[in-house]
Amino acid sequence: MTSRKSAIVLGGSSDIGRAAARALAKAGYDVALAGRDVAALEPDAADLRARYNVDVGLHKFDVLDTASFEAFVDSLPALPDVVVSIVGLLGVQQNAESDLAHATMIMRSNYEGPSLILGLFAERFLARGNGTLVGVSSVAGDRGRASNYVYGSAKAGFSAFLSGLRARASRGGVHVVTVKPGFVRTKMTEGMKLIGPLTVEAPVVGDAILSAVEKKTDVVYVSGKWRLVMLIIRTLPEAVFKKLKF
Amino acid sequence: MTLVSGWGRFPVVDSDVLRPRSFAAVGEAVSGGTVARGNGRAYGDAAIGTVRTVAMTAFDRVRSFDPATGRIRLEAGTLLSDLIETFGPRGFLPFVVPGTRFVSVGGAIAADVHGKNHHGEGGFGRYVDSILLRTGQGEVIEASREQNSDAFFATIGGMGLTGVILEATMRLRPAETGWIRERVISASDLDAAMRALEASDSATYSVAWIDCVARGRDLGRSLIYLGEHAQTDELAEGAAAFPAGKDPGLSVPIDLPSMTLNRYSIRAFNELYYRRGARRAGGSRVVSLYPYFFPLDSLKDWNRIYGKRGFLQHQCVIPQPNARDVLGDILERVARRGDASFLAVLKKLGQGDGILSFPLPGYTLALDFPVKGDILNFLDEIDRLVVAAGGRLYLAKDARQSRATFAAGYPALQRFNAIRKSLDPAGNIRSKLSQRLFDEV
Repeated sequence: MTSRKSAIVLGGSSDIGRAAARALAKAGYDVALAGRDVAALEPDAADLRARYNVDVGLHKFDVLDTASFEAFVDSLPALPDVVVSIVGLLGVQQNAESDLAHATMIMRSNYEGPSLILGLFAERFLARGNGTLVGVSSVAGDRGRASNYVYGSAKAGFSAFLSGLRARASRGGVHVVTVKPGFVRTKMTEGMKLIGPLTVEAPVVGDAILSAVEKKTDVVYVSGKWRLVMLIIRTLPEAVFKKLKF
Repeated sequence: MTLVSGWGRFPVVDSDVLRPRSFAAVGEAVSGGTVARGNGRAYGDAAIGTVRTVAMTAFDRVRSFDPATGRIRLEAGTLLSDLIETFGPRGFLPFVVPGTRFVSVGGAIAADVHGKNHHGEGGFGRYVDSILLRTGQGEVIEASREQNSDAFFATIGGMGLTGVILEATMRLRPAETGWIRERVISASDLDAAMRALEASDSATYSVAWIDCVARGRDLGRSLIYLGEHAQTDELAEGAAAFPAGKDPGLSVPIDLPSMTLNRYSIRAFNELYYRRGARRAGGSRVVSLYPYFFPLDSLKDWNRIYGKRGFLQHQCVIPQPNARDVLGDILERVARRGDASFLAVLKKLGQGDGILSFPLPGYTLALDFPVKGDILNFLDEIDRLVVAAGGRLYLAKDARQSRATFAAGYPALQRFNAIRKSLDPAGNIRSKLSQRLFDEV
């Protein structure tokens, strides 16, 4: 009998986190959900057990509490096969422009915390010789835009970290996936103006994460349209780009 | 305010749409003029609050499932498509599915939806054991056949007007496979169609597609689709016990010009469809549950083929004794106009379970019409025939019937209103539909 594969989802209470956990559980993974409020994750754990008859663990994890990361990884009952980091904070760009504390929180939530925890798991995976790390970054990291560059720059840092980690870890049997979802209809984007044809529902992202894990994809734009959109945005000359208000 | 409409895209009205993420937030969202909305597949104005609309699809968690009994407890925003994909491979399907799988459990309870098995197995509500309901006056109650039974039977088929359905416990059907053994019968006219449906009472599933533009001696010509759950040994060699549920591949990307559907294109389509079906008649074949139960789900956003003015579905039920004559009269008038759309459906129904449930023993006929010209007057004319025959219209499809038609068709209305009042004395729960048909003016 082969033992079942296992995955941990960091940021398990987010819409994308729930979707990723469902996709993984459906594919037969035992899933652990990690988040700040473990009690709030209980209904999602019950949902995964009832739907897919898998084991579901719950763990307390705070992406801002980097000092606890080593103890967190050590406390897991077993080192999982797959780690998915969904954590992130959109924040409010206008506030972040003048409120350093808010800007710091956006940078730490989207860059520092996710990078450090995936880096830590990478060391354990490399020691073991296998494993998959998935970081949910953003198309906003492809180029800093006037309307959300604090968030975008943190995501850019996270994307660069994942890229470098991938290059290094692939030689040690560890795969790193960067996911750039584009617009997703979630709690985080509620109230934002999303462009219909460029917007997907959270389950689509969950399925894309599973597929990237299984096929060992490097960088995933959940909707292929975004690859094109960001190619155009990236290649606009700075002189033109700085005049755009978006 | 947001512009909101039902699946028929008529009427389009203003309502604030809220998306609560916790039951506590649902409670806070309910105040004067609120109704819950599932996946927005009611055709008319049933799931639009007079002031605000509480979107429930974020509540899609399964609480528990017992594979020994098929009993499931879930949040009301869970879609039937999700249940089918999740539990089908484990050998369980919903007992009752309507013509689309993209409806929420809460919506299916509120409309007490029926499927192709209603004549024998009843409607969706029959398989619901209990409901967690947030009433208009702010109580959260568990309602079942034993406990708060008035609230239970008013909520099944109650169009969301007893409160917000938060959770439900229901039974799923053990199903060895996700395949249906389908048999097609061709009927050359209405009499033959009704005879064939009468003779098919023992079939688990039966439904007739009726050609509503055929006239004269072809009036009411139909293809009758019977179905039984297929066992594993009936499947083709190598077929998976449960077919892959594909997302709709084709979609209608834009509103088609309203002239796309005209009497000529509809007539041509129906002629082809009938002939093709008639050639297959007699034999049987095993088909995936998806095309059998949900033929239109494969075309995403099919409601856009009627153009941006939307469409109306008229679905009536005529009690058994008068059914033949009245349906003949209705079809005659519809065929003379020639603008009713393809896929008109004729189906035998049994007894309904809820106080306001649509089904009653008789025949239901569902017709689609684009919104244009004198269609509203024409449908009023049809309604008079329905009322005279002791029939009624399906609220989940309705966008335009009159108060008088509604009151005549639903004699249990007074009892329903009394229960509704006891659950919601201040009248917090109100939809555009209730404003149009129920509420005191």
